[in-house]
Amino acid sequence: MRDFSYVRANSIEAARKAAALPGAMLLAGGTTLVDLAKCGVAQPETVVDITHLKGLDTISVDASHATLGALAKMSHVADHAGIKSHFPAVSEALWQAASAQLRNMATVGGNLMQRTRCPYFRDPSNFSACNKREPGSGCSAIGGVTRGHAVLGTSQACIAMYPGDLATALVAFDATVHLGQRVLKVDDFFLLPGDTPEREHDIRAGEMITAIEIPGSAAARRSTYLKVRDRQSYEFAAARAAVGLELEADGRTIRDLRVALGGVATKPWRARAVEEALKGKVLDEDTVRKASGLAMEGAVDHGANHYKIELAPRVVARAILKLGETA
Amino acid sequence: MTVHNIRHADSRHGDASDGAVGGRLSRVDGPAKITGAAKYAFEQQLDGLAHAVMVEATIAAGTVRAIDTRAAETTPGVLLVLTPDTIMEIKGASDWLGNPPTQKTYSPLARTVTYSGQHIAAVVAETFEQAVAAAALIEVSYDETPAIVDLSDPKAGDGIPIDAMTKEWGDAEAAFAAAPVRICAAYNTQREYQAAMEPHGLIARWQGEELTIWEPSQWLDGMARTYAEWFGVPFENVRLVSPYIGGGFGSKALALAHSAVAAASAKMLGRPVKLVLTRPQNFTSYGGRAATRQTVTIGAGRDGKIQSIVHRGVNETAVDGMWVEPLASVTSIMYATPNFSSKQNVVRVNTVVPGAKRAPGENPSAFGIECAIDELAHEVGIDPLEIRLRNYAEQDPEAKKAWSTRQLREAFASGAERFGWSKRSPKPRSMRDGHQLIGWGVAAGTYPVRRAYGEAIVRILADGSVEVESSSIDMGQGTYTILAQTAAETVGVAADDVVVKLGDSRYARAGVAGGSRLAGVMTGAVYKAATSALDQLVGLAISDPRSPFHALQANTLVVANGRLRSPRGDGPDVSIAELLASVGRDRIEAAGDTMPANSTAEDRYKNYTTIATSIPHTEGNYSRHSWCAHFIEVRVDEDFGTVRVSRVVSALDSGRLYNPKLAESQWKGGIIMGIGQALLEEGIVDRRHGRIVNNNLADYLVPTNADIPDIEVISVGIPDLHSSVLGGKGVGELAIVGVAPAIANAVFHATGKRVRDLPITLEKLI
Ligand SMILES: Cc1cc2nc3c(=O)[nH]c(=O)nc-3n(C[C@H](O)[C@H](O)[C@H](O)COP(=O)(O)OP(=O)(O)OC[C@H]3O[C@@H](n4cnc5c(N)ncnc54)[C@H](O)[C@@H]3O)c2cc1C
Ligand code: SF4
Repeated sequence: MRDFSYVRANSIEAARKAAALPGAMLLAGGTTLVDLAKCGVAQPETVVDITHLKGLDTISVDASHATLGALAKMSHVADHAGIKSHFPAVSEALWQAASAQLRNMATVGGNLMQRTRCPYFRDPSNFSACNKREPGSGCSAIGGVTRGHAVLGTSQACIAMYPGDLATALVAFDATVHLGQRVLKVDDFFLLPGDTPEREHDIRAGEMITAIEIPGSAAARRSTYLKVRDRQSYEFAAARAAVGLELEADGRTIRDLRVALGGVATKPWRARAVEEALKGKVLDEDTVRKASGLAMEGAVDHGANHYKIELAPRVVARAILKLGETA
Repeated sequence: MTVHNIRHADSRHGDASDGAVGGRLSRVDGPAKITGAAKYAFEQQLDGLAHAVMVEATIAAGTVRAIDTRAAETTPGVLLVLTPDTIMEIKGASDWLGNPPTQKTYSPLARTVTYSGQHIAAVVAETFEQAVAAAALIEVSYDETPAIVDLSDPKAGDGIPIDAMTKEWGDAEAAFAAAPVRICAAYNTQREYQAAMEPHGLIARWQGEELTIWEPSQWLDGMARTYAEWFGVPFENVRLVSPYIGGGFGSKALALAHSAVAAASAKMLGRPVKLVLTRPQNFTSYGGRAATRQTVTIGAGRDGKIQSIVHRGVNETAVDGMWVEPLASVTSIMYATPNFSSKQNVVRVNTVVPGAKRAPGENPSAFGIECAIDELAHEVGIDPLEIRLRNYAEQDPEAKKAWSTRQLREAFASGAERFGWSKRSPKPRSMRDGHQLIGWGVAAGTYPVRRAYGEAIVRILADGSVEVESSSIDMGQGTYTILAQTAAETVGVAADDVVVKLGDSRYARAGVAGGSRLAGVMTGAVYKAATSALDQLVGLAISDPRSPFHALQANTLVVANGRLRSPRGDGPDVSIAELLASVGRDRIEAAGDTMPANSTAEDRYKNYTTIATSIPHTEGNYSRHSWCAHFIEVRVDEDFGTVRVSRVVSALDSGRLYNPKLAESQWKGGIIMGIGQALLEEGIVDRRHGRIVNNNLADYLVPTNADIPDIEVISVGIPDLHSSVLGGKGVGELAIVGVAPAIANAVFHATGKRVRDLPITLEKLI
């Protein structure tokens, strides 16, 4: 039997220390970790249970910013009145993620750290080649079943899509991840695969996520999250967009725009080209649809995922247009 | 043993008439399931239970060169490592038709690999975790050979013609060539899986030469026969126990390779063994629905009247096993046509042998013909409902026999009325709501009435209650409930006073719960047994000198609400319990069956343990089928191509309904499964490895509640006494048939785009 030791951390310090040991992994809601352990992907030697840490599950919101403790449950954040009014896209991203049961277990810290759904990554006994799992072993996905794989941010080494919904909303609103000493922008926290797809986050041994902070803004207040998928519920996105909009006093000219997309990229993807193209423009359907195409700059498909290149700009455009209608 | 006493089942919301046949009694097993009291196969607690896990091939074709088990064998807790070389000898068993085995021995662990996921070894350990860890240490080396991964593999070829599937009348090719309107299109359905919540698996225990198996089963006696033949013990020595089943959908009727491994390891170890397949193994240890390809050509007049149908079909089967999915089963009977031709091939690919999933044959067949007739309607500019009526088959066009009953016209009429079909704007892409394109589609479905013989035991007990016993099963379809209703009505007691015991092969024997036959078979058998118990009861009451009725000299008595009276109401009025006490009896027991009178013991054994004695649905003067019409509204997002079903009205003819509430629930289940087939379900194969990659319930998508709108079902059936003793036809499989084409037709109406390749996923529409 594959044994591992279990440590229940009673302080953040203790958790960090324990997590710094080789082969140690933090356990929050367990919905990713236990799943990957069953697939044979995660093989922790020590599991450091942080669920008993006090004060890490708080949610505080005011007009200037929101702070989400790493252990706050997805369901609690989604239902939080302050989040709903100041950051609707964050609430919408969360309630459309996973299932009610999972959201009641899973934490927002764990959510950022969830791994790709690439089927080859998840099946080591049948597919030995996976650079993310086993650096240098190759990539089984390239040339295989790629319907769910990324078209943006891919490399020769890995084309795995980052599946999390929350991070897509966070990256749109310049949220930061608190790691104890260091505070990183979400955009910098997630890494492109490049030659090292096994490194997904800028997180160091002994660091853990303690909180997520989202600055308030007019765009965040008027924001939405659009998730498109074949199944109406309980499915990862084919393409998704988090969008925030601020209009000038005339009610038609775009002062500020935030666009992030997911389901199509190897990390949460900020579409700054779309933002820049539309800032200062009058919001109308043609302009928005044309500019949304810029979201796909540099996209590369691998056959079955080609549709994402068509789909994602439409998702972006519809999200922006929907916000425009709510004026 | 399983007892459902409705007295303890606080599930009734109606009046007393709910308990009679045709009443809306709630499922009597419902409370046990909701409260967790229902004990499923894997929940048995046995002393000394050991745990087995299977090891599967990771290649799709080739041979196993060597299996290195050394590391696994020395792992803590390991009791047994089984390979083709070390497993005990198992004898060949006859197939489900009763054909004798082709091989003297059966090896459930393969040396020659014919599909990825095939079982090649097994580990048994003290704990499940130990077995899993040891299994991971087994090293297998292979000599790999090229695989044919699916029907579109260039190496697949045209396959093997199945002559028995050929159907021809008139001169279809010539009539097609001469027809003023001709349509021809190819339709594809994918590999689909039953994806039952409860996985496959079993607990096996030997006590001397007696074997007990706890295993979810749609067919206790058929599976018991297989185990008996495998291990060379008498049929009576094998006991299968399966009081509850967490979904089967056709997949749980046979003992499979892993079943043999569990029973063999229990015998080799002298300990009970539990083996539950992992979710991924549930995609490769038994077959789902075979992928199919059909070409349908229709020649018609400008008036839309069909002159010819030419149909060609192909389904995949395994390299080492044959599965024929009869693809013309609906094509040949749905519409009147003077000329018809259908031929079918099967193509061997490297997969587990495909199997039965809800309405095998009829389901893909209807997808072809019901889409094709929609294409014809569009071509000639006739309403899709009207064209179906113009081509209505007044008799079975293939068997040339009268329908026993066919309420399909009524189904079209009442479905259309409730749906508001007359308000449909004929042009595709002409109805919308914002970004949503709205489409309305119609399609018909049918399923033959499969019949067999049944038996049951009915007892009237000292307290006046009634007990029914049968080794048939209830996988949620309602056997417990309708048999209680049948016995209650026949004997003359309240349904609360009936206890139904099912799911134990020690009870009166029963055939397969498949092909929607069980309700008709078992209500008939229970009716017979209950009638004979009632006759005994009344006979005693009249003739026993100790009976209070003895002096009355009546020639019959009335039994109602658990009491006996004379027909005229004069004389005594006593409860069944009082009567039995007065004559000194503690019970009355009657066996009843519907077998032909001259049946031998051998005939009976064959009837319950094979499907060889099924009675053809066209036997005698009639052709017997259930029928349905689905009216479906979809909303397709014009930007995203996502399809959502927003309204379903289905009208169905299943003959007489023994319990409308349960029939409606089954129909809705079939419709929901059809929505999954149309929009979501597809086993996705990695073409390089011949392996299903979405082999789990996160990636193999079935509908969620959010995908399902309110579904309205309407019963248009009338009692059909040619089909069953009490007048019912089939319920369970019917409703899925025709759902996928109704959705595809609605998608065409919404978008103007024909998607002939299921499932209709978003990339096919953007
Ligand atoms: C069937 C299924 C469907 C799903 N669908 C969706 C979906 O549609 N959208 C979506 O966004 N997600 C989806 N998910 C993913 C789900 O949201 C994540 O599993 C969940 O958010 C993880 O949180 P957790 O608390 O359970 O993390 P855990 O499983 O406990 O941990 C996950 C990882 O993060 C690490 N970790 C945990 N906490 C910290 C911390 N504070 N600091 C540093 N590292 C930490 C752990 O060591 C582990 O590696 C789905 C999951 C499943 C199983
Ligand atoms: S895409 Fe990435 S995760 Fe998937 S197999 Fe290739 S390297 Fe592994």
